[in-house]
Amino acid sequence: MSGGLYSMEARDFDTTLDLKKIKPYGDTMNDGKTQVSFTLPIPCGNEAIEAAKQLMKKMGFENPQVVFYKELTAGFTFFNCYGSCVHTVDFTTIHVPKVEATTWDMHQTDEYIKENIGRKLVVVGASTGTDAHTVGIDAIMNMKGYAGHYGLERYEGFEAYNLGSQVPNDEFIAKAIELKADALLVSQTVTQKDVHIQNLVELVEMLEAEGLRSKVILCCGGPRINHELAKELGYDAGFGMNSYADDVASFIAQEFVRRNKK
Amino acid sequence: MQKSKLGLDFEKVGYAKNIAKKIAGDVQSFVENYTTVAVERTLCRLLGIDGIDANAVPLPNVLVDSLKEKGVLGQGVIFYIGNAIVETGLNPQQIAEQVAEGKLDLTTLTIHPKEKIDAAIMPIVNASLDRIKSRRARRENYLKTIGEGSKPYLYVIVATGNIYEDVVQAQAAARQGADIIAVIRTTGQSLLDYVPYGATTEGFGGTYATQENFRIMRKALDEVGEEIGRYIRLCNYCSGLCMPEIAVMGAFEGLDVMLNDALYGILFRDINMQRTMVDQYFSRIINGYAGVIINTGEDNYLTTADAFDEAHTVLASDLINEQLAFIAGIPAEQMGLGHAFEMDPELENGFLYELAQAQMTREIFPDAPLKYMPPTKFMTGNVFRGHIQDALFNQIAIWTGQGLQLLGMMTEAIHTPFMSDRYLAIENAKYIFKNMKSIGDEVEYKENGIIRNRAKEVLNNAVELLEVLQNDGLFNALEQGKFAAVKRPKTGGKGLAGVVERGANYSNPFVDLMKQRK
Repeated sequence: MSGGLYSMEARDFDTTLDLKKIKPYGDTMNDGKTQVSFTLPIPCGNEAIEAAKQLMKKMGFENPQVVFYKELTAGFTFFNCYGSCVHTVDFTTIHVPKVEATTWDMHQTDEYIKENIGRKLVVVGASTGTDAHTVGIDAIMNMKGYAGHYGLERYEGFEAYNLGSQVPNDEFIAKAIELKADALLVSQTVTQKDVHIQNLVELVEMLEAEGLRSKVILCCGGPRINHELAKELGYDAGFGMNSYADDVASFIAQEFVRRNKK
Repeated sequence: MQKSKLGLDFEKVGYAKNIAKKIAGDVQSFVENYTTVAVERTLCRLLGIDGIDANAVPLPNVLVDSLKEKGVLGQGVIFYIGNAIVETGLNPQQIAEQVAEGKLDLTTLTIHPKEKIDAAIMPIVNASLDRIKSRRARRENYLKTIGEGSKPYLYVIVATGNIYEDVVQAQAAARQGADIIAVIRTTGQSLLDYVPYGATTEGFGGTYATQENFRIMRKALDEVGEEIGRYIRLCNYCSGLCMPEIAVMGAFEGLDVMLNDALYGILFRDINMQRTMVDQYFSRIINGYAGVIINTGEDNYLTTADAFDEAHTVLASDLINEQLAFIAGIPAEQMGLGHAFEMDPELENGFLYELAQAQMTREIFPDAPLKYMPPTKFMTGNVFRGHIQDALFNQIAIWTGQGLQLLGMMTEAIHTPFMSDRYLAIENAKYIFKNMKSIGDEVEYKENGIIRNRAKEVLNNAVELLEVLQNDGLFNALEQGKFAAVKRPKTGGKGLAGVVERGANYSNPFVDLMKQRK
């Protein structure tokens, strides 16, 4: 806290970027500077500050600084801390599974469907199980879309059915059969106690039991979902934060063509 | 004549209220011919029936289902229980227990004359009213002795799933400055056609609303309120398939605020509209009588519909909710009509439009403690920007004199609030409320400026929508998706099987007595 406006800290570390050993960047390459905040279940005082610093060290931070602390209620103290991370990551060896599709805008996807499929693809979506949140499925499906990305309802190439929230898996499947769905979208927002995993797995198992799994393109999405997790659970694609209708639409169209080319 | 900072046309406001009154009146003419399983279970609870049977089914469900299976629920539990008291001399709880054990069939007893049934039931009815009145008096005494925080009340949620953990979080929040603690319900409770029994420690995204959980939290808030010298209000949810039952449990246990919207369940939980309309009426009568502030849920419209384009639907719904609440005997001072700060942060002059909406709502409902909801739809993982969005929201609240400020959390959209999130949210609001305290008295809005014109436009659009609703009727309007762009069929949705037409012997003495504040 006595640092003032100018950092007087000695920079006795190598300041060249090495992608094999990357670490956080504050204002100088390899300074490792990181901000962390947390609450400890202890009363406020010098001992609490020391505890926070020791914890920071165990987390892998050098020179831990507690820049703010406040007792939130008796026996719970909140800390804002900074430190220099000692760990590094080899960026050159990282491989992350991604949804294998090029993201197009609405017109490109509509054109592609018209030319390569020649009919509308039927998409049925819902927030399933006990999940009452419609924010995710609405962002992808509703006419309006989200943050300037139109939803599937606005596409010419899709016939989109948004079943809303709290749709049990069996009802979801029944509706998919009735509407002859080409693709199913499942949104899961509540993730406490991994309730979303159980629910997503149950859907896959039920689709398999009905002999439907291979007949539909199955996607899931939500703030705690990523493509890797989705694949693990038996889905064709997973869409996490910062994905929009464009991503989902492009994937469904391209995947449909890929499957039906054979 | 009320003075408007926005140059609002109060004749037009009066006209809008008048149409809303007619729309609400139409709905009421339907409501009065029906009852529901939830209303009848509520009457069981008002008569003192509580507890569960050997299979953990609540006794009010056991008793009401026994009548429903025989197709006689339309005569009402007051008639059957009253008659059983005359016949057997047992009290309502003993009667319910005997029904649960299969020892008593209420439908095969000799029917006694109405006078005798009334004489048997009325002392129990009056005792029940006294129980609620004494709860209300307890709150009023606290407000007189230890006092309360100033408006906007700081309203925070706890949502651990475990009532005992909720207590720790709630007491911490109260010490940090919260005035209202809402215990979020577990996901899915709104669709249960019964209220679970006892203290609970397992829930997803929230904690079960049970009478015992209400009691535990009330006690904890009274303790902390006495410690810090400020009464802490407790909020829960009178929504879903058990609206009136939750209301009566809250009335018995001293809840202060209840989410209690007339349309929310229909639109967002796909609960049948006939069921909801009948249920909301009795739940609101109870809330009105118990001195509970109801909160309406218009903010939810804006999570599906656009806050700028659909602002008038929020106002129209507030106007209808107000009239439906008046019919149920709720005074304006207990109407936490809802709206929200949900415009896209990228919208140029978005703050001005939010300000116009909040000021307009304030002036149209001058006596209501408006419930103002924070940004949620455009909250992202960028907690730093999120904290600023919440700050703008807080500025509008103090500027326009909102009543119940549901504090935004910077970690909205990430997880249920940490203890520290709540602290930072309260700090944010207190800073702004103090720093900008009198800004509303100091600043006026330019004639023909963006803010005045926006308010005028929203009011005009709301009036147009209300005119359409009056012509079509509210039920038809809901079928056509006029609110929140959600379409609901009159005979679709959950809970329709629990609606029955009232029979010749039907009575519900609580309706008139509660509305007359007896």
